[in-house]
Amino acid sequence: MNVLVWVEHDNASVKDATLAAVTAAGQLGEVTALVAGAGCDGAAAAAAQIAGVGKVLKADDAAYAHALAENVAPLIVALMAGYDAFVAPATSHGKNVAPRVAALLDVMQVSEVLSIDGPKTFTRPTYAGNAIATVESSDAKLVLTVRGTAFAKAAATGGSAGIEAVSGTGDAGLSHFVGAEIAKSERPELGSAKVIVSGGRALKDAQTFQDVIFPLADKLGAGVGASRAAVDAGYVPNDYQVGQTGKIVAPEVYVAIGISGAIQHLAGMKDSKTIIAINKDEDAPIFQVADIGLVGDLFALVPELTGKL
Amino acid sequence: MKILVPVKRVIDYNVKPRVKSDGSGVDLANVKMSMNPFDEIAVEEAIRLKEKGAASEIVAVSVGPAKAQETLRTALAMGADRAVLVQVEDGAEVEPLAVAKILKAVADEEAPGLVICGKQAIDDDSNQVGQMLAALLGRPQGTFASAVVVEGDAVVVTREVDGGLETVKLALPAVVTTDLRLNEPRYASLPNIMKAKSKPLAVKTPADYGVDVTPRLKTLKVAEPPVRSAGIKVPDVDTLVAKLKEMGVA
Repeated sequence: MNVLVWVEHDNASVKDATLAAVTAAGQLGEVTALVAGAGCDGAAAAAAQIAGVGKVLKADDAAYAHALAENVAPLIVALMAGYDAFVAPATSHGKNVAPRVAALLDVMQVSEVLSIDGPKTFTRPTYAGNAIATVESSDAKLVLTVRGTAFAKAAATGGSAGIEAVSGTGDAGLSHFVGAEIAKSERPELGSAKVIVSGGRALKDAQTFQDVIFPLADKLGAGVGASRAAVDAGYVPNDYQVGQTGKIVAPEVYVAIGISGAIQHLAGMKDSKTIIAINKDEDAPIFQVADIGLVGDLFALVPELTGKL
Repeated sequence: MKILVPVKRVIDYNVKPRVKSDGSGVDLANVKMSMNPFDEIAVEEAIRLKEKGAASEIVAVSVGPAKAQETLRTALAMGADRAVLVQVEDGAEVEPLAVAKILKAVADEEAPGLVICGKQAIDDDSNQVGQMLAALLGRPQGTFASAVVVEGDAVVVTREVDGGLETVKLALPAVVTTDLRLNEPRYASLPNIMKAKSKPLAVKTPADYGVDVTPRLKTLKVAEPPVRSAGIKVPDVDTLVAKLKEMGVA
């Protein structure tokens, strides 16, 4: 099977989520990586080094600068004449583009693939991760988005794929990129952090969240997350949200502070290797999934913990 | 401008889904059903655009069983003007691709300036219909919206993306999909619930639109996710610090 993988990148380097998609694609067949961007030589060179990538297609055009779905979907659809499957990481870009490609190919997409059980058989989460469905596609071609935390990351170096330039139809003239506000942080991104410290509604307000959670995260070199309740209450911006409707994470260590453990939050972090929970309610559902629990007042315990590390 | 708002009847978001013991799916018998939360946000956004004078009529549409009429009545009670139910057999699952094809046919008939969809339904969690509909219509898409502003013959959509926000300007007609923070949907008042009963609701079938809803994906099995077992509780911070050191984290 020939598989085309959507490379998520910033024109200079390749985003981590791509590496898991390459692993998934490798389970299906021969992997070709598509780097669509503007001035994306750096990203194409990085993609060529990913272990398991056989070939890189580089589509360098101003129209592809911001991965607008209206522009990149026709490019992918044209390229798919030579491929059996299209695989994108289930990131916000991947989720935006893949269904547009699928509809144009008249294919029913399989979203958020967790495992590949056969050439056309996949598992995927439904009902906020409460029911795992095994589905078999009957379409001639496959379109998949894959959940990054469900597949090991392919090695970012070691490969030596050739890079071939391709061109598409350019700007569809339907949409324009106006701007982006990407939060700049000294802390690791949630998607790639080895340790994550998350806070919940119990943190009271934005200032308290900062005063309690941030010092501990800094001590551990951790990324900072939050429950939906904390985000909705305005303690932190929405890109901190871990959960089914936020980010799905699977770090080595996840520290949940003042988080009760609603289903929607658990769906976003239960694949973490070790879960540590600090909560005053010893019956909180978070303790049913935590490897290590500490019951008590977080306003006393967390500063003490930060001080002793 | 007319706004088309697709809504789906799904398990209520407060209900914990139970997987059937025979692995054939999730048990929906005698379970509370409601409008998909992201679709409520879509209805609300359409009403707000109408209140601002940016829209003149709101048409709610649902692809679902006869009982999806209740969901459409909820949309009408919130403020939609009329509704279309594309009715399928009770228990029939219509995949996002087929839903998008039906909505495409409805959009061809209604010629809306905007289609506002929820970004995903909380039952199948596919996150596909809006993007597929935009593709089939050959129109732009503003997915995961946290702000929607109509400016003349364009719509400016602020999108929630990994790491922050992104803003795009789309030529109308366009498809927008809603994210959680776009707005807080209103509750329908009792007088509006009463009024909604007399608003027009047309019932059609997929065949009326010439759409084949035969699933492309065969569900082989539905299972509970692997259960994570509870670990230990530590008595104090010192023990926790010792554990963290053991793991090499601290």
